[in-house]
Amino acid sequence: MSYLESTVKSTPSGFRKILYLNWPLTLLLISVASAGFLMLFSVAGGSWTPWAEPQMERFGLGLTVMFIVAMVPIWFWRNMSVLAYLGSIALLVFVELFGTVGMGAQRWIDLGFMRLQPSELMKVTLVMLLAAYYDWLPSQKTSRPIWVIIPVLLILIPTFMVLRQPDLGTSILLLAAGGGLMFLAGVHWAYFAAVIAAGVGLIATVFNSRGTEWQLLKDYQFRRIDTFLDPSTDPLGAGYHITQSKIALGSGGWNGRGFMQGTQSRLNFLPEKHTDFIFTTLAEEFGFVGGITLLVLYALILIFCMVTALSTKDRFSSLVTLGIALNFFLFFAVNMSMVMGLAPVVGVPLPMVSYGGSAMLVLMAAFGIVQSAHIHRPR
Amino acid sequence: MKRPTQKSEGRAYKRLPRRALVLGGLQAVFIGGLAARMRYMQVDQADEYRLLAEENRINIRLIPPTRGRIYDRNGQIIGQNSPSYRIVIVREDAGDIDKVIAKLSELIPLTQEEIDRAKTEMRRSAPFLPVTLADQVTWEDISKVAVNAPALPGVIPEVGSTRQYPRYEDFAHVVGYVGPVSDYDLSQIEDPEPVLRIPRFQIGKVGLEAKQEGSLRGKAGAKRVEVNATGRVMRELDRQEGIAGADLQLSVDADLQQYAQARLAGESAAAVVIDCETGDIRAISSAPSFDPNLFVRGISVADYRVLTNDKYRPLANKTVQGTYPPGSTFKMITALAALEAGVIAPSSTVYCPGHLKVGSRRFHCWKRGGHGTVDLETSLKRSCDVYYYDVALRVGIDKISDMARTFGLGVKHDIPMSAVAAGLAPNQEWKQRVHGQDWLVGDTANASIGQGFMLASPLQLAVMTARIATGRAVSPRLVRSVNGVEEPSGAGEPLAVNRNNLEQVRHAMWTVSNDRRGTAYRSRIIADDFRMAGKTGTSQVRNITKAERAAGVIRNEDLPWERRDHALFVSFAPYDKPKYAIAVVVEHGGGGSKAAAPVARDIMLQALYNGTPPLEAYPAADRERIKEQQIQLEGDPRPKARPDAKDRA
Repeated sequence: MSYLESTVKSTPSGFRKILYLNWPLTLLLISVASAGFLMLFSVAGGSWTPWAEPQMERFGLGLTVMFIVAMVPIWFWRNMSVLAYLGSIALLVFVELFGTVGMGAQRWIDLGFMRLQPSELMKVTLVMLLAAYYDWLPSQKTSRPIWVIIPVLLILIPTFMVLRQPDLGTSILLLAAGGGLMFLAGVHWAYFAAVIAAGVGLIATVFNSRGTEWQLLKDYQFRRIDTFLDPSTDPLGAGYHITQSKIALGSGGWNGRGFMQGTQSRLNFLPEKHTDFIFTTLAEEFGFVGGITLLVLYALILIFCMVTALSTKDRFSSLVTLGIALNFFLFFAVNMSMVMGLAPVVGVPLPMVSYGGSAMLVLMAAFGIVQSAHIHRPR
Repeated sequence: MKRPTQKSEGRAYKRLPRRALVLGGLQAVFIGGLAARMRYMQVDQADEYRLLAEENRINIRLIPPTRGRIYDRNGQIIGQNSPSYRIVIVREDAGDIDKVIAKLSELIPLTQEEIDRAKTEMRRSAPFLPVTLADQVTWEDISKVAVNAPALPGVIPEVGSTRQYPRYEDFAHVVGYVGPVSDYDLSQIEDPEPVLRIPRFQIGKVGLEAKQEGSLRGKAGAKRVEVNATGRVMRELDRQEGIAGADLQLSVDADLQQYAQARLAGESAAAVVIDCETGDIRAISSAPSFDPNLFVRGISVADYRVLTNDKYRPLANKTVQGTYPPGSTFKMITALAALEAGVIAPSSTVYCPGHLKVGSRRFHCWKRGGHGTVDLETSLKRSCDVYYYDVALRVGIDKISDMARTFGLGVKHDIPMSAVAAGLAPNQEWKQRVHGQDWLVGDTANASIGQGFMLASPLQLAVMTARIATGRAVSPRLVRSVNGVEEPSGAGEPLAVNRNNLEQVRHAMWTVSNDRRGTAYRSRIIADDFRMAGKTGTSQVRNITKAERAAGVIRNEDLPWERRDHALFVSFAPYDKPKYAIAVVVEHGGGGSKAAAPVARDIMLQALYNGTPPLEAYPAADRERIKEQQIQLEGDPRPKARPDAKDRA
């Protein structure tokens, strides 16, 4: 091997790592976050406070975190997976016992400068652990029942803990991300068919539990599902969110009402307009063109992750990158479906755009792992 | 650290790219679905949703309740709501704010202060919320703005309602005034009603307006309105009317109040007239006064400074808030305490040589040479001090203090006015508790003539007089009825005081006003039906030193105003069948007989005759002067015809 060959092909080290970052992905993340700043500025009535400025500070912090995580070799993160997972479980137990109650659910740990939602952290550490598990597991054992039950348990433990908070949205996302990772790892399709069948059964059970003593969901969650199925039943009550969101979004038209001209969000018809419903404001002000642009940016992020995952020969790297991409996809897909009236209002923010510190920081750290996988891929 | 090993064997590993592509494909399909949905909503159905957005902006707005009105006992209006016009501006619609304001200020006069305040408010509030640019605008200015509306985008003339006090200074201290809710007010209320958050909603700040806020305010209604894209109300869908505030009727007679206020003008003084039969407060005047309407609009710094710098303290409500040593007007209480305790009989006498040695100190009578032998009647008639020193030392302070409380001194009367003072009727326990010192005999001597620690407000003195006149525990009543429902009368139960003793004191008070040697003889009432019984008082606000006593006490006229004596007079009339009791305090007025008694007599006659009394009711010597005074007071009508709106020219 010539000297030149070895420098190009071997894993970069030191500051040269920066050159090997997945720069297109980084730029995409910055563009999406910038769209977020713009919308937060707009929903505050043309003001950097109270949302846009703190969001920018947090994004700056997030970028730093991403770079730091990216600099650390990917095998370190793989070795850390078990510890990270156990740490997240511990934090979930902690919020269960001491967490701050917000909006009818125990979700946060107040760190002073920000509120940490352990369930956000869980989404990433679960993916890491499963990726490490399938990296470790000899391939011929992948579909053996005993080796399938272990990851299922690893998924179900945090899912039930999050469901107890209660946070239905996040628990469904955990389940979907975990299941997706098992699918990627090559578990036999028959298991998935069985789980889907069981899932249908579970939904039936949940609905049957309504009004009984062992009711599995809170009343407000049932009402949200009811109004999702038929928003016209309660247009001024619980269905208000969906109805107003659809009106605002639809009235945006082809190219929108213009920046800061969204009347529906401006007249306070929209609830949570800086968090869960920020996409509505974007679609109202920038119309179909603006909405599609954001969607394309999201899709590009997924594509770059996919390319990274398929270009590495390291199994952990592939799985963790695809898992994080899947998480990201689930995030924005559920949020957008929700504001467009395709899914019930479950309280999932729009990634990188909605106001909120802990979700963004965790996502940026996760993308740091993607970047690390990209930098340290075997060549 | 374990380096990655390159394992590429096994079926599951080979599956990864395939599975990744399957999952990626599913994601792509979902994203495509989202895009299609977005297209369907924003392109195909855009018109429908836009229509919904335009049409379906339902807003719930509060309807501020109408504040209850305030009337006097005869139905004359004291506090009312009058329409006020104001000009508001909506930032969102105005576009270039500075340009619009410049255009507007060509039409109507706007001060820089108003413009700056409006701009600050606009920066703080949402762009679609209206901000008041000019308040209390005249009808002409409103018309000008309305006519020029097309040239003034975002500028809206609005009709509101504001509090107005047509009696100006007369009721400032009684009724108080309202003002816009401030952040401080809100912070004081546990769970503020949403109506309080309406910008510039008026609530009572002082006086009756504040104390009866609960009855006067009413309950807010609500209406559902449809607003268009600019937040303007397009149509009202339905409304739920609020409940208007309750109307209050005062016991005060506005005409008598006006007379009293005019009669006190020029002095720093207070007068309270009480109906002996019902406890109704017929007049309760504190002079000088101020125009409460100034405060409703927001008083200017200059006007406010004039009020606060005045040494006659126009903002202080001297009738209930001001407490004064009652001086000789307290002697009835000392006398009654002694009579009830049995230490003296009405005919018992005390020799007055002009002073009495109490302990090591010498207590002086106001009359240098002394009054000689004095019985109860003479002691009150000529206001002998030594008689009371002597008697009080025999009774002891605790009994005097109890008697004072029986007659409403040192007790807080429950009337809905601001800062009602309790005054002070001290006893041994009080001094021990507050000052940590033993009560001294000298303190008793001081208290016996209403000096020292003793403090009473003019209202308390009027109540005391009414109680002496009737022998009942008359309590003052300011609000006669709320929304037409009469409040309980203040007639009270008979006092546990011997009838005969009271009769003796009343008779002595009669001689004060009707005996040639009485201290208030010059301010008597001649009309036989309305004979008055009273008591003068002169309370010292300074110590007279031994040296000064030796050289001759300095006359009040030679002292600076702040160091002159307070002049007091209490009386009731008619003597046979008491109808009204009055208390007058003239701050630093000099002697009670000279400064307070004539005022009290004039107000009393006005009350008894329910209007201007005939000259025959006055002593013959006074009639010329009274005639002039009547003409002067009538020729100086209170300002009744002031413009409603601020003179903006």
